[in-house]
Amino acid sequence: MSALTSPTSTHTPSTNTIELSGLEKAILSDYQKGFPLTPRPFYTLASQLGCTEAEVLACLQRLQQLGVITRIGPVFNHRRAGASTLAALRAPVGQLQDIAELINAYDEVNHNYLREHDLNLWFVVTAPDADHLDAVIRNMETATGLKVRRFPMVRPYHIDLGFRPDFD
Amino acid sequence: MLAFTSMPDPGQTETPVTLAQLDRQLILLTQDGLPLVPRPFDALATTLGVSADEVKARFERMLANGCIRRIGAAPNHYRLGYRANAMTVWDVDDARVMELGERIGALPYVSHCYLRPRIPSQWPYNLFAMIHGKNRADLDGYLTEMTALLGNARRASDLLLSTRILKKTGMRFSGGQ
Repeated sequence: MSALTSPTSTHTPSTNTIELSGLEKAILSDYQKGFPLTPRPFYTLASQLGCTEAEVLACLQRLQQLGVITRIGPVFNHRRAGASTLAALRAPVGQLQDIAELINAYDEVNHNYLREHDLNLWFVVTAPDADHLDAVIRNMETATGLKVRRFPMVRPYHIDLGFRPDFD
Repeated sequence: MLAFTSMPDPGQTETPVTLAQLDRQLILLTQDGLPLVPRPFDALATTLGVSADEVKARFERMLANGCIRRIGAAPNHYRLGYRANAMTVWDVDDARVMELGERIGALPYVSHCYLRPRIPSQWPYNLFAMIHGKNRADLDGYLTEMTALLGNARRASDLLLSTRILKKTGMRFSGGQ
């Protein structure tokens, strides 16, 4: 159980403060959307940012290595391009580790968070179509013996805007 | 600036769009990010056996039809120093949730805001907003602000702190398509 009680994530193990350059901050603030679809997009970015294409590429590689960005690329809407839902279940505390591992093992699960609530495991399930999604969730219910609650998105508000980091 | 972002029509329904095989291949190829090379679209085109213009045209089409929300850098909030992260859930008057959801979604500390169905006698909340702060005190301040914004349209609410990230990968398509 100790692995589940730490507040830090396995995917972001270090908690030291990261010093970001002006260029890195500018990329993070201004390029969460609107990536140019030009033949040499990093050159286009560079000319907008007043630096070289090589500097932009190096900067993006460093941001990825540091884990500050997970990637630069398209953010897909799985509701449109397939099927997805937020889902949650009540994992008994003693079985939390086992159930979390079982849920994580599905390729169709891309986020899984432990949250402070009676419904304590929250995860996103995506599939190529609604039938596949339904089959995966039923399979989870059989495997865990627990009811999986579904919270499909009805509509998003403003989510195409990205999140603006505050660098003060 | 040549920027292409999806512009959802306010009345947009989330109807699935039928994607061509090539679009699915493009999604599978780029869901972990674009190749960090000077000509990424040419690199993708070579892999797929089509032209770079075809790749760009498909991205533009998927942006236009909403299959792609945006193309850009996907930040990791936790790594940027946002150590306090929570899912806030609200029971908001159905007659006002459209207007108020837009305003909640536009707050600078909200990264995602969604309308979701309630579950009778199980789950009373219909509005979900992910909030990010540097510490718990930030979150308390945001909650006060959100509560004030929702006013008497709010019947109940809850805050589900993220205790731990158990799995986080980019949104994935499972194979076989």
